[in-house]
Amino acid sequence: MTGLNRRRRLAAVAVIALAAVTAGACSSSSGDSDGGGGGAYLVWDPYPQFADDSDWVALLKKCGTSAGVTVERTGYDTTDLTNKALLAAQQGNSPDVLIVDNPVISTLAEAGALTTTEENKLDVSSMAPNLLGAGQSGGKTYGVPIGANTLALYYNKDLLTAAGVDPASVTDWTSLTSALTKVKAKGKKGITFSAIGTEEGSFQFLPWFWGSGAQLTSLDSPQAVSALTLWKDWLKQGLAPNSVINNTQTTSWQEFASGNFAFAENGTWQLANAEKLGFSYGTIAIPASAGGPAPAPTGGEFVSIPVQKKTDRYATSQKLVTCLTNADNLLTTDTTLSYVAPVTAVQDRQATENPKLKVWVEAVRAAKGRTGDNLGTKYPKISEPLWTAVQAALSGGKSPQEALTAAQASATSK
Amino acid sequence: MAWGFLAPTVVYLLAFYAYPLYRNVELSLREYTVRSFVQGGAPFAGLDNYRTVLTDPAFWPTLAHTLVFTGASLVFQFTIGMALALFFRQHFPLSGTLRALILVPWLLPLIVSASTWSWLLNSDSGLVNAALGVVGIDPVNWLTSPTWSLTSVIIANVWIGIPFNLVVLYSGLQAIPVEVYEASALDGASGWQRFWSITFPLLRPVSAITLLLGLIYTLKVFDIIWIMTRGGPTGSSATLATWSYRLGFGNMLPEFGPGAAVGNLLIVMALIAGLVYIRSQRRQYQR
Repeated sequence: MTGLNRRRRLAAVAVIALAAVTAGACSSSSGDSDGGGGGAYLVWDPYPQFADDSDWVALLKKCGTSAGVTVERTGYDTTDLTNKALLAAQQGNSPDVLIVDNPVISTLAEAGALTTTEENKLDVSSMAPNLLGAGQSGGKTYGVPIGANTLALYYNKDLLTAAGVDPASVTDWTSLTSALTKVKAKGKKGITFSAIGTEEGSFQFLPWFWGSGAQLTSLDSPQAVSALTLWKDWLKQGLAPNSVINNTQTTSWQEFASGNFAFAENGTWQLANAEKLGFSYGTIAIPASAGGPAPAPTGGEFVSIPVQKKTDRYATSQKLVTCLTNADNLLTTDTTLSYVAPVTAVQDRQATENPKLKVWVEAVRAAKGRTGDNLGTKYPKISEPLWTAVQAALSGGKSPQEALTAAQASATSK
Repeated sequence: MAWGFLAPTVVYLLAFYAYPLYRNVELSLREYTVRSFVQGGAPFAGLDNYRTVLTDPAFWPTLAHTLVFTGASLVFQFTIGMALALFFRQHFPLSGTLRALILVPWLLPLIVSASTWSWLLNSDSGLVNAALGVVGIDPVNWLTSPTWSLTSVIIANVWIGIPFNLVVLYSGLQAIPVEVYEASALDGASGWQRFWSITFPLLRPVSAITLLLGLIYTLKVFDIIWIMTRGGPTGSSATLATWSYRLGFGNMLPEFGPGAAVGNLLIVMALIAGLVYIRSQRRQYQR
């Protein structure tokens, strides 16, 4: 009936337009007030769930104080933040420190909106290379990971016991499918995941895609077809519900929380909710086709320092970022976010403090960045055909082979 | 002095209508990448973005979906709204309360109604499939099959649009003088004759504006479709509005140029509808 979002966006554009007009008048005065040394430093993060009295904001303030500046922090919705950051870069009023979802880094770097570690003197040597990969392109590093999350399989212990399945026996695709069949024979449902037509769908498909041995540079390889066939067969045999085609990761979690599903593919961020489940749960790594843990894609944010007109601000921003990402603060931050730390030593500390995190630490160590392998901004052009192919095959329009052949053609043509 | 009074409106129109529109046209005529969006200097591309959009294999299906979505929504919203307006015209106990209740869909935030519809139509745990199961009909994959997704979003949109049609047509009915009906009753006209010879012709101006407003609203419907199906699966419920959003914002690497081009095509479609309306109005006055 109405176009609420569209209207809001139009309004946003108009406000920016107005701002652009007025900016001409007052640009000379606004820049001078905060010089290189003291003053206010802007931090944008995608954690709107943290209010001003949260530990996260307290940490930001503390880091500001030790760097001799005050920190002004704004929390944005994740999807909103990408557009906000691009517009801010266009208008030349980027924040001093920007914390964004890792695949966005390559887009912002491509836009020339971020400084490299050469320019901002950030030390990234302690970071795990597989996590740092998402923030690197063309041999340059554009940020520091603040924490990582990834996907694994949650399972419902009660259902598996009733069906006579030992979770430890699930080590490859064959054993997983036979476990699902046993659960279905007991009248319960096998597995739920998210195959929605957005980046979330690709994110959830990638562990199976990579676990088959497929590469993002060749979407129509026989391995890739085998991964999509696995999902399609699950739907056909009723081992996974048809609703996965429209599931976000949140709705998929709600299905699992109903207690009717034996397995759910979901992320580290659900750990807090998992404790509230009405049944006992466990986690295993997503198995690869031939056994062993499949590489899952890494999620989680990067801390970056956007390009500023006043380059003398970088030194203070660098102090802020270094403070946020030192070992002790990482441990606190990643515990509150229920993330896995990007530094091996801190990961070990997390696993000893909370044994439940052990599976996740291992999953993160096996994980890969989506924009890694030097794909960078090519990744979004591969990901969209990929999730379209998954949707086409699962909704019955095309066979996995046809869908992926079309995806590869579309990915190479862009 | 007169210009002084005019200035606020003119400034408002320029800042909030003319400039964004100009920017959108400009965006669609240049080849923007993320880099040139931020750094400036996007090369002028003429009609390249329009060519890209028009030759995209998704264009014709999406245009067809837009027309079907708009057409079906309008027909059902209008007929059901008209039927309800006539129904509420005869006063009966609780008619006021019932009419107020029917307005509820209009008052709900779209995110609430769209999410509710997507729960109702869920393939496995939705209420609609459960109800169908009771009468022995196999579950339908409302939102997840390419054959049904467009129908599902149309149903939701019709439901949301009925109150608007009801309210406008109801107030239109109030303006028809009772004497005309009395005279026709004396001449022995049946209810059917009264509707087609009195109500419908006298309601024509109100109907026209209702349909035009409905057309403009429906062409740009975005929220319902995006929340319920994301335009999928595989674009089977995508309209020009959701496609424009997907191009511009739905991917990590935005394609602002083609996105803006699709948006402009939508504006042109609404504009044509508006011009047709104005013309038909003028012809009516001349008669």
